[in-house]
Amino acid sequence: MNAIILTAVWGIVMMFGGAFFKQKSTPKYWAIAGLILAIIANCAEVYMQKPMVAIELKGMLDFTSFNLTFITIVLVCTLLLFLLNGRDIEKVGNNVSEYFALIFFVLCGVSIAATYNTLLTLFLGIEILSIPLYILTGSDKRNLKSNEAALKYFLMGSFSTGILLMGIAFIYGGNTGTPTFYINNINLGTGKLPVMLAIGLVFLLIAMVFKVSAAPFHFWAPDVYDGAPTVFTSFMATIVKAGGFIAFIRLFEHAFGTAQQQWQILIAIITAATLLIGNLTAVFQQSVKRMLAYSSIAQAGFMLLAIFAINQFAKEGIILYTAAYSLATIGLFAILIKMSDYTIDGFNGLAKQQPVLAITATIFLLSLTGVPLTAGFQAKLFMLMAAVNDGRQIWLVVFAVLCAAISAYYYFKIIQAIYFKENTSAVNQQWDITPAFKTLLIITAGLVIIIGIWPSVIIDWLYY
Amino acid sequence: MDQDISITFPHVLIFFPLVAGLITFFFKKDATVKSWALFSSVITLCVSLGSIYYANNKALSGLTFNYEWLKYIGASFSVSLDGMGRILTLLTAISFPVIFVATYKSQYKNTNSFYGLLLLTQAGLMGVFLASDALLFYFFWELAIIPVYFLCSKWGGDKRIQATFKFFIYTFTGSLLMLVGIIYIYLQTAATQDATGKIISAHSFAINYFYAAQLTADQQSWLFWLFFIAFAIKMPVFPFHTWQPDTYEQSPSAVTMVLSGVMVKMGLFGVVRWLLPMFPLAVAKFDTTVIILSVIGIVYASLLAIKQDDLKRLVAYSSIAHIGLMSATIFTTKQIGLEGVMIQMFNHGINIIGLWIVIEMIERQLGVRKISQLSGIAHKAPVLTIMLVVIGFANIALPLTNAFVGEFMMFSGLFQFNGWIATVALVSIILAAVYTLTMVQKVFYGQVNALTTNMKEISVNEQVALSIIVVAIFLSGIYPQPLFDLTKDTVTGIITRFK
Repeated sequence: MNAIILTAVWGIVMMFGGAFFKQKSTPKYWAIAGLILAIIANCAEVYMQKPMVAIELKGMLDFTSFNLTFITIVLVCTLLLFLLNGRDIEKVGNNVSEYFALIFFVLCGVSIAATYNTLLTLFLGIEILSIPLYILTGSDKRNLKSNEAALKYFLMGSFSTGILLMGIAFIYGGNTGTPTFYINNINLGTGKLPVMLAIGLVFLLIAMVFKVSAAPFHFWAPDVYDGAPTVFTSFMATIVKAGGFIAFIRLFEHAFGTAQQQWQILIAIITAATLLIGNLTAVFQQSVKRMLAYSSIAQAGFMLLAIFAINQFAKEGIILYTAAYSLATIGLFAILIKMSDYTIDGFNGLAKQQPVLAITATIFLLSLTGVPLTAGFQAKLFMLMAAVNDGRQIWLVVFAVLCAAISAYYYFKIIQAIYFKENTSAVNQQWDITPAFKTLLIITAGLVIIIGIWPSVIIDWLYY
Repeated sequence: MDQDISITFPHVLIFFPLVAGLITFFFKKDATVKSWALFSSVITLCVSLGSIYYANNKALSGLTFNYEWLKYIGASFSVSLDGMGRILTLLTAISFPVIFVATYKSQYKNTNSFYGLLLLTQAGLMGVFLASDALLFYFFWELAIIPVYFLCSKWGGDKRIQATFKFFIYTFTGSLLMLVGIIYIYLQTAATQDATGKIISAHSFAINYFYAAQLTADQQSWLFWLFFIAFAIKMPVFPFHTWQPDTYEQSPSAVTMVLSGVMVKMGLFGVVRWLLPMFPLAVAKFDTTVIILSVIGIVYASLLAIKQDDLKRLVAYSSIAHIGLMSATIFTTKQIGLEGVMIQMFNHGINIIGLWIVIEMIERQLGVRKISQLSGIAHKAPVLTIMLVVIGFANIALPLTNAFVGEFMMFSGLFQFNGWIATVALVSIILAAVYTLTMVQKVFYGQVNALTTNMKEISVNEQVALSIIVVAIFLSGIYPQPLFDLTKDTVTGIITRFK
């Protein structure tokens, strides 16, 4: 609760503050201060087991250690993003304060999406999370690609919102007991689904699949991620996507859990398609930014295994995956933003020019590949354990690891460029890098390795 | 809960090379780096010898260690030195100082990274041979590859990047399939309990839990292949061998020595330590298939070795043939054969490193390794030639050399299994004689040509490295009993599971 209130209030503060901030760098410090405050408040809520202000919610939101830990991870990742790329957010345009305000609103949306207990709060969370994103995507106003991406995202997003609402209506009306929005009271039964409920379930599934950019509703993702300013791509591909997943898993665990037999095969097919499309397309990309967009689809495929299985491993796994994937991707994007050339050749000879950037980028890439000692391995391990434990579709697990092997191909292409190729381009790149930036990168890489060795640093919080 | 935190031999064997490797990155001068690497690897060797002495003389408390690492999923940092572990850690410990001595004069750019990564590889290899927890085993299994990937891609030949990449993708795919297998068995294991009987985690990754898992014949059948493919790629067994000649050819010599001398043993080790005891039913079902694959590999690789003009490729194919014989014998699950495999794993490592050292010396001096361009080196470098002839004899497994004992026992095992298969495999000995002796004859004897007139005798440190190998060849050829004693417990343990 603390996080929701603070992020919402701070968003408004940032928005109106824009009129008063004299210097361009002031909003960044305010934003960082606000986030630190939100993190402290949120941790305090985990610690004290109750929010600072008691508000009667009628059980519409649910604050368990599990949900709150997820919010902590999201806030910490955003903080890292601000610290690493605060200066790059300032470079996007003139309305710096508004960008930060919008990010705070997104965080508020993510927090609601992680804690909702009724279909209405789910809708609220998803909308609060989506609308600021449409604006952020188009924030590079003079760039045609940015404009196109924003429009595309907005139109597609609106459709998916419509489908989401329609699905909610079907589920509400078709419920076997009294009509209800509370996800724990939705009763699908264990037998064959009535038509109304089946349609509702499929509509909600489509809407959620769209939000997490899984196949076959992933077409918006590469264009939007590519068109948006790179800092915001980093934010969308990690934190927002994780928010989508946590909402997804909550919905399917609490509301549709009893009918798992009915929808599991659908999720299995979606997972397989997402893994295949994401990985195969990523192989052929020349631009690292676009490759990371497809790789984020591929990683979403792995996260979908959690929804496929929905068990203890899956829930722990999705948290680990959020942390592992977000840290590595934010780190990689932070490095990418500093490069003048976004193609893979742009990374040629990075090891010689910037050894710190090179080694941290390598750790992030190894983590995304899922090599042991990195957080990515633990995350993948939990996902695979979840899916194998479910025991129904073992082929999917084998398929997933084969796709992970494909992902090694494109991640290692960047490592090859960094270490084994010479920089032949005539352009001499100017590096806008401070010692603080390097230190932060090292800290991020250190976190990746610590989680890789002791995932309990996160998992213990889930059962605080 | 108080956990044992005393320092044991396995600790030192894993963490000393690891720390030494990390320190190496910070040295600036090439000479310091090389002496430090040599020094630390000699210490590791002493520790390894010490552990063998200790095992023979005292109680076994210093050889195992268990730390509850990821308690809630039942994974632990659990390491132990049994017979097979001792012989393979000894091989790892001997190889690195020999390699460092032999390549002391080779120049590498960024010497500190090169030697640092080599020491990290050593740590990873030690971990693989010592782990008695499936997750830990997987950890080290993957970690041993990463430094090798960087070593080969950075310091290798012209086509190094593609060759290494192929190698990496192959092994990574194999390991991921094995990971699925590990997870599946993990979920079949019993719950772990503490001393009071309280359940700590629902399942366990510990090796004895894995051995005890109740798997039906059907489950074993498909799990067998998930594991076997990972190991077969590493060994490599025909038809998973295609990465090997390219990688050996393109890697810098020191790395090739590590790869062929020690790293291929990971695959054999994996089969003996994990695959055989876990899937006895599946092994009984698929043994003939695997043995036939291996024997095809033996004959095929031997024939290809005869055709090779590049010394490195010749040795690479010869290695595929030798490893094929070991893998065929393992799957016969006969006592005498397995004992032979145990000592042959050690001896093959020694012999092949010897061969690579000779090739490295020729290539460093003359800049070529084409058999057709070399001739009459014996006139210029008699010491080198004598050493090579001994190592060559060991490669053909002549009596008095180390390989004879092992190969004799392995063929005995194969004959017990099936006479026809053994006969076909025996052809490999004749073929080995053909390619080894032809190579010796062409390269070392005959007239000195324009290129080889520049050849000089090898220097003292190189003579030392080769002498160690030659002494080891004769020692274990004439008196192999200590090696048998070392591995007896492992072999007996496995055979009993098949009765």
